[in-house]
Amino acid sequence: MTQLPTTTDKKLGLVIDLDTCVGCHACVISCKEWNTAGYGTALSDQDPYGAEPSGSFLNRIHTFEIVPDGGEVIGSAGEARVVHFPKSCLHCEDAPCVTVCPTGASYKRAADGIVLVDEDMCIGCGLCAWSCAYGAREMDLAEGVMKKCTLCVDRIYNEDLEEIDRVPSCVRTCPAGARHYGDLGDPSSDVSVLVRERGGFDLMPEQGNKPVNKYLPPRERSALGSAASVPAVQEDTSDATGLLAWIDRALSGGSAKGAS
Amino acid sequence: MHPALSVIAFTVLSGAGYGLALVLALGHGNPAHLPTKFAWVTALVLIAVGLMSSTLHLGNPQRAWRAFSQWKTSWLSREGCMAVATFVPLTILAAMSILGDTFNLLLGYIGGIMCMITVYCTAMIYASLRTVPQWHTRWTPAVYLLFALTSGTMLYFAFFGREAGSDSNRIWVWLTLVFLVVTWAVKFMWLRHASAAGYGASSMESATGLGNLGRVRLLERPHAMENYLTREMAFRIARKHRERLSLIGAMLGAVLPFVLLVISLMVAPALGGFLQVVATISLLAGLFVERWLFFATAKHAVGLYYGGEEKLVPAE
Ligand code: SF4
Ligand code: SF4
Repeated sequence: MTQLPTTTDKKLGLVIDLDTCVGCHACVISCKEWNTAGYGTALSDQDPYGAEPSGSFLNRIHTFEIVPDGGEVIGSAGEARVVHFPKSCLHCEDAPCVTVCPTGASYKRAADGIVLVDEDMCIGCGLCAWSCAYGAREMDLAEGVMKKCTLCVDRIYNEDLEEIDRVPSCVRTCPAGARHYGDLGDPSSDVSVLVRERGGFDLMPEQGNKPVNKYLPPRERSALGSAASVPAVQEDTSDATGLLAWIDRALSGGSAKGAS
Repeated sequence: MHPALSVIAFTVLSGAGYGLALVLALGHGNPAHLPTKFAWVTALVLIAVGLMSSTLHLGNPQRAWRAFSQWKTSWLSREGCMAVATFVPLTILAAMSILGDTFNLLLGYIGGIMCMITVYCTAMIYASLRTVPQWHTRWTPAVYLLFALTSGTMLYFAFFGREAGSDSNRIWVWLTLVFLVVTWAVKFMWLRHASAAGYGASSMESATGLGNLGRVRLLERPHAMENYLTREMAFRIARKHRERLSLIGAMLGAVLPFVLLVISLMVAPALGGFLQVVATISLLAGLFVERWLFFATAKHAVGLYYGGEEKLVPAE
């Protein structure tokens, strides 16, 4: 079971747009909601209303700041920026989490490349989580079995759902359209085209896992100064007198650069 | 990495047990003598206790038998298979000594080789992980094998071997001194590798793919409190503790046993025997510290998503 298939018919996966993600965590919540009632055991929480709440999630959003060269803190030099960074299982082609599994509970499907855990076989040794560089696997502490993204295998083939809903829950939920789902093994699929056009990349290629999921880089930004080409609508305040006139002068002077 | 007591006990105790079994399996100790019989029982008990404690950290230990199935790809599975298989020759040899006062050298060689392969498999569980560059080296199995050999040898002659003061005891002590030096020399090579390993070729820039924009820092973790990943993989110990514990480990595991063994050669046999026992206990205690540090100081790639080298993850 834990021998990886040499090829898979499809490479189903996600493409995540780091330019578009606003870091709202909606996908995290919809993932938890769908998967706590779906595949395998529930995603348990420990001490949910106490002082130290924690629980198992299959999708997490980190937020990074990029400090440009020459800067010490964000904003101190050049164009700094904040990037919201969703992270879930990348359904790697060379998935080490599968080969280290002693029981055969972890496997990669030859048909579509999805990496799954058969929870009835999992002994909860945790070695697969140790082998995953991306932190995509979390042990469920209530059940003692390993949980991971299933690519919503119980949605994407589910004919009881409307066609539009047959995508992973996170993709369906994302209000910003930052998550795309499709067959990355088919060069003509929408996701493959997207990856080509936007320069999609692998996370930690040096780990040799050949992740299927791809990330799209933040788009290049126009420099702050160039925003000056958009003229702000000016109200006619020439009839202001007294205090109002003073406030008008003070504000126009102080914010002339930013507002115009 | 989180230093789980069950895993530390497993690697130290089963390592010492396999080392002791190896010495016995190579034909040392008269099978008719009571100390040899006790030594066999001790070796088997150490191995069994170690293996049992390793199942303590499983989420579903009742299914542990399934771990024998994936030996084709998984070092953990190979370790499980080898551990069970090795019990066969070792138990037969122990029974031959205890019940029949006899020994079989061919079976001994087979058992001895299997002991070493099992320890090698244990080490490879860790050495095979690309995510932990500190462990991902040939030095890791070398260290595990040598510590098993040294602790097994010391256990044998200090508790079950010839009387202190006898010629054969002296030979064992000299042999152990050589083992100690070689073991710690290899451990030193491992430490050199480990201190330079860091996150290997990975960085926060490669983990996020954002390196072309500038230097990447964590602004917000995905969750306010700890989770499985931060508890298990982003474990950190303060540098202060690390340095102090390394010192304690080297004192208990190397200096003290060495000095005590040398002194034991020069004093009266009764005192010498006592010092040899103390030296062995000290070595085992040092091994526990060494193994604790092996886990606690290891950095896992997932730490890069939690701030990397920066102290954004709460210490301990
Ligand atoms: S991201 Fe991690 S859990 Fe998912 S397939 Fe890759 S190694 Fe396995
Ligand atoms: S935790 Fe479960 S799925 Fe992961 S390696 Fe262990 S047995 Fe396999």
